[in-house]
Amino acid sequence: MDATTHSQKAVLRPSLGHRLMSLLGPEHVHPASATDVLAGVQPQLVILPGSEADLAEALRLISEAGLSIIPRGGGTKLGWGNSPSCAHIILSMARLNEITEHAWADLTVSVGAGCTIQMLQETLARHGQRLALDPLWPAKATVGGVLSTNDSGALRLRFGALRDLVIGVTLALPDGTLASSGGKVVKNVAGYDLPKLATGAFGTLGVITRAVFRLHPLPRNARSFSIRAKETEKAWHLIHAIQNSKLAHTALQARFENEAAPIVDVLFEATDVGLDAQEAHLKELAEAASLTAASPEIWNERQNLWSLAKPESAAIAKISILPAEMDKSATAIAKSAKVRQLRFKAVLQATGIGFLKLEGDPENLRLSLQDLREQFESNSGSLVILHRPDGMAPIDAWGNAGGALPLMKAVKKQLDPGNTLNPGRFVGGI
Amino acid sequence: MDARILEELRAIVGDRGLVSSPEELHTYECDGLVHFRVLPRAVLLPTSAEQVQCIVRICHRERIPFVARGSGTGLSGGATPVENGIVICLVRMNRILEVDFPNARVLVEPGVLNLDVTARIQHNEFFYAPDPSSQTVCTIGGNVAENAGGAHCLKYGFTTTHVLGLEVVLPDGSLVHLGGKTLDAPGYDLAGVFVGSEGTLGIATKIILRIVKRPECVRTLLAAFDSTNEAGAAVSGIIAEGMLPSAIEMMDHLAIQAAEAAVHANYPDCGGLLLVELDGPLAEVESLMTDVNGICRSNGAWEIRIAQSEAERALIWKGRKSAFAAMGRISSNYIVQDGVIPRTALPQVMGEIQRLSQEAGLRVANVFHAGDGNLHPLVLYDRRLPGQQEAAETLSARILELCIEAGGSITGEHGVGVDKKKMMSKMFAEPDLLTMQRVRCAFDPQQLSNPTKIFPTPRLCGETPGEYTPHPLESSGLAERF
Repeated sequence: MDATTHSQKAVLRPSLGHRLMSLLGPEHVHPASATDVLAGVQPQLVILPGSEADLAEALRLISEAGLSIIPRGGGTKLGWGNSPSCAHIILSMARLNEITEHAWADLTVSVGAGCTIQMLQETLARHGQRLALDPLWPAKATVGGVLSTNDSGALRLRFGALRDLVIGVTLALPDGTLASSGGKVVKNVAGYDLPKLATGAFGTLGVITRAVFRLHPLPRNARSFSIRAKETEKAWHLIHAIQNSKLAHTALQARFENEAAPIVDVLFEATDVGLDAQEAHLKELAEAASLTAASPEIWNERQNLWSLAKPESAAIAKISILPAEMDKSATAIAKSAKVRQLRFKAVLQATGIGFLKLEGDPENLRLSLQDLREQFESNSGSLVILHRPDGMAPIDAWGNAGGALPLMKAVKKQLDPGNTLNPGRFVGGI
Repeated sequence: MDARILEELRAIVGDRGLVSSPEELHTYECDGLVHFRVLPRAVLLPTSAEQVQCIVRICHRERIPFVARGSGTGLSGGATPVENGIVICLVRMNRILEVDFPNARVLVEPGVLNLDVTARIQHNEFFYAPDPSSQTVCTIGGNVAENAGGAHCLKYGFTTTHVLGLEVVLPDGSLVHLGGKTLDAPGYDLAGVFVGSEGTLGIATKIILRIVKRPECVRTLLAAFDSTNEAGAAVSGIIAEGMLPSAIEMMDHLAIQAAEAAVHANYPDCGGLLLVELDGPLAEVESLMTDVNGICRSNGAWEIRIAQSEAERALIWKGRKSAFAAMGRISSNYIVQDGVIPRTALPQVMGEIQRLSQEAGLRVANVFHAGDGNLHPLVLYDRRLPGQQEAAETLSARILELCIEAGGSITGEHGVGVDKKKMMSKMFAEPDLLTMQRVRCAFDPQQLSNPTKIFPTPRLCGETPGEYTPHPLESSGLAERF
């Protein structure tokens, strides 16, 4: 951003440290350690506010001092996005983790941004409910982090992404403003939909302190199936046939890697009667012989991409393509991997969102990511890099942000004019 | 308005595209909120995004406020013209530009009617899910502005769920694309912010919609209860069983009477009528329908009918969807209210509405989207009787306060517009509203796009980006700036 360029060398004056300590309590302000390093940048301080008001006030003090802030939840996705241009203070959300209200009869929950997804789901399950979302690393990932990175899994096909589940947020802005938008009811069109603006904004506009979600009942029963296609084309035909059928599947994905033909996974959630009928229907669509009942573990295949034998020679990207172009995209991936001599593994969801792991020489990884990004972008898609090896030459994590970038920058300037929050990590240098 | 500007506008849209005679302008002086009327200076009927851009550029140069409008069915005055402003009516931009079945996307212009989208794709077993009751006449552009809902959004979501991308003319006349045909385009979800912004952030000129495959079967059940409380208890029972029907609607006795008088929907004469619709695979729906039936019986339903044919189902829905207009059969005037409460607060809020209604001596008919707590109380009155209109307005506003007190919202689907601006400060704190307006300043620093809507106290934007553009009189040397 041109407005303010922070320098990582900016001095954290003792007076600011003292003010933060008296505001938050000395035990909730401590020097950052080597474990807090973010993409090679060493922060100076970690603060842990215990209330939304304290958090907003701390933001104001830090922002006035001209320092930058990196909000942190479970720390599972801190490496996503571009490296921050500077990172003076880590804002830990760990203490803002309260589930304030589970209005189970109204199917809503109000929860602090620091609450982990697992803690939230366990609480909701006591009343037979869930947040219908399957993000990565639920035991550590927090509500705020999952919202800010817009991380959703296979359930998205049926329940939508975070933008469809979040109905209210409270944001703390760098000038100390604490602003709520949306509300506690599912249906609500009063005022701007800022919950959607905050979702996927990488914490660059404000710090999400609290969120309200609409909930869904836990399924009565669920069954997963896998179909191993004999030929690659058959897998894509099957996905198309399922999408075009009257089945009410909850999730549908394809897994594929270098040589093997894709495996198609389907999830149904229904009553037993409904499951029997859908299973029979699915058998008609698939070649019965290749269809097997599968363990729910298959839905962790996306997360398993991150089990990296050699992080220094692997890259992971999120891709977004037109749903009907899964076959073309899969061919492009296989071709690029072959040309660049890389191993690959991909999970493509029927929504058109996919996750791709490439392994091999870092320079070849970079070239392959570039090839694929170009191909997807030229067909209204995108490729966002989530993990890249330390040794790789620089490559933008986001790719082309399109013609709306000036407008995005204008929004950023309105809410975070001093460029205090997560500077440089988002699209187009935001 | 200066004749020179009018001629400039005429040159963009041609004679047929400009309305400027006072008698014709009256057509556009209000939308569905008929008691707010403002005569615009001119109405423009562009036929392309380029024309919209040219018009908006002139507005930007001359600081003329503009209001976008579709069919004018909005109920909150979102399309009420602004003093000294123009109306840009988009009904002539009504082409469905692209139908992409493999990707389940449709590209439309803003003037396309809601129901025409489904009409175009139904042969291939697809439908467009948001179904506001006005869907035969309202436009997609208006749906986008208001984030329109409808009975089936309980399961399928609102307009915002189904809008993936937008082409927008910003208030300075530039054209941007927000979102797109694929999901999660890198950057802020500005399409998500634009939908439901009631025309205050610019004008959508193309919209990418997501369409949905028709379910294998649809079953509609009608259950008669003695009271709305009993019907409400049945709704809670259905939700507690972990079901997500595609629609749950409720009507009280007065609303039933009106609907019967208007469209002879053949509803049972009861105190609380529940309409439950389930859709999905046949076996699943039939099994769940048995459960719904049982839950209704155990909560006091004394008559239950399941529509046996598509015609019967259509008639049930016709009664519900014409409920607002049907009020004309039982009252000369009425106010349509739109509030939301947490569903569990229904008995308490209904009791309070009844008490207020008796106190004011005015009848209130109730139509609800019961599954999501969206209430549409209709306050009946007679304008000819002195003081009744004021009393009705007071009662209607009081009902919204009840919604806020119960933890709900002042609008579930009709929007804030001019009608509920004042209520915004009751629902939101000052910093909340100022933050929303900071977002507005990023889109529209001069506040030309549908100003005077949504926000009770407009905030001036700190700075106006962009270079100073000299007035044409300055450029031609006829005037100078000191």
